[in-house]
Amino acid sequence: MTDTVFGPVTDWATDFDHGAPEYNANIHEIWDTLKASGCPIAHTERYGGVWLPLTHDMVHEIAYDTDHFTSRSVVVGQLKPSQVEGAMPAPIGGAPPISSDPPFHQHARRLLLPAFAPKKIDPLREEIRQMCHDLIDKMGDKDVIDAAYEYAQHIPVMVIASMAGLPKEDGDIFRSWVHVILEGIGESREEREPVFLALNEYLEKAVQEKMENPGDDLISFLLDAEIMGNKLSPEHVRGTIILLMVAGIDTTWSGIGNSIWHLATNAVDRRRLVENPGMIPMAIEEFLRAYAPVTMARLVKEDYEFHGVQMKEEDWVLLPFPAANRDPNQFEDADKVIIDREENRHAAFGLGIHRCIGSNLARLELNVAVEVFLERFPDFELNTTEEMVWSTGQVRGPRKLPLRINARA
Amino acid sequence: MRYPLSAFYARCMRVHVDPSKCQGHNRCYALAPELFDVDDLGNAFELNDGVVPAALEDKARLAVANCPEFAITIED
Repeated sequence: MTDTVFGPVTDWATDFDHGAPEYNANIHEIWDTLKASGCPIAHTERYGGVWLPLTHDMVHEIAYDTDHFTSRSVVVGQLKPSQVEGAMPAPIGGAPPISSDPPFHQHARRLLLPAFAPKKIDPLREEIRQMCHDLIDKMGDKDVIDAAYEYAQHIPVMVIASMAGLPKEDGDIFRSWVHVILEGIGESREEREPVFLALNEYLEKAVQEKMENPGDDLISFLLDAEIMGNKLSPEHVRGTIILLMVAGIDTTWSGIGNSIWHLATNAVDRRRLVENPGMIPMAIEEFLRAYAPVTMARLVKEDYEFHGVQMKEEDWVLLPFPAANRDPNQFEDADKVIIDREENRHAAFGLGIHRCIGSNLARLELNVAVEVFLERFPDFELNTTEEMVWSTGQVRGPRKLPLRINARA
Repeated sequence: MRYPLSAFYARCMRVHVDPSKCQGHNRCYALAPELFDVDDLGNAFELNDGVVPAALEDKARLAVANCPEFAITIED
């Protein structure tokens, strides 16, 4: 287990490190310990100061409060945007619309919304189904597989590449970039720099190609789009494409992996879904609640007192939707996974104006991926002879998910 | 006091989506497409002036219980 540049954590209430590998691996124990010690908001000096509120009420309040909190950067890093030369200022930010604040935010978001509305997304079902079957066909007759590496990770990459109009074969490169952007937050700048350069160079070329040969894809659409009569700046277009990759790949990969992990470790639930595939959509919502992959971040706009703590201008604030989803004041039996839970107002896709724009797509991918997996592998369990590995950073899911396949159809 | 039987038949459940609260999570449309629809931006609205046929009352309650933004209300 490697530490981040900050070294080992001494105390999770006052010195936490959400970029350390043990955070995601032990996340529920860590939250329980914090809550039991009467600490609803943890703090760390790492990354230039980060707050971690743990209740649904507080997460909800911050997500709605765009007056005191800015989205200019939503992934905690070692540098604040103000320390990065050439970083796009608020209210636009580096990856609109996720990095944007009102009033600009709604213009940038409105532009993208139609492409991700349910009626645009639903027709992708068969294409995704075929991708899932192809991935399982490729596994052959192996009894031991890695469901994160051989299955979950490929599905969102292929879908996003197809929507953006980029070659599906480039999926491996996208994944390696996204990995460094999201999981490498605790690594040194020297290690990360070359990745950002390569990503920029790739996008520069991709945008150039789409300008010369536009197609029916999101990059061509963005190049042609206007906000209040003005074409989008090249930084805006590049930022939005990076957003689609970063937000569309690790997150859904994690959600699929978390669902399969639960089914590998809970035979009763797995059998129920194999026997009643019609229950899968409801079960997916419960997996999204109990194992929500995404924690967002905000920056404090100006010094602000929040529930008794003094937040300073430019402090980071994490928005752990996964913790909000396990708040007993919001959910009955919050720590139990109940696959036919009827009342489920979970916040896996965020709350307020930044609700995940790809939520319809993510849900479709999750449903189809789990449906096909159970159809082809009605009986499987964790392969405990191999190590399971969780991601690090703000997106939580298995990066190695070794399974033993006991039956195939 | 006794109500005439007709008062029960006249009773009618209605649903309403508050457009200022809806953020397009799309849970209501997924769970009860007979009662809700979404526009091109993915924002939800109630169908049929919100009138819920008796057979769909459970679906209406399910939609309310799954809206993360508490944007849907039921009037009896």
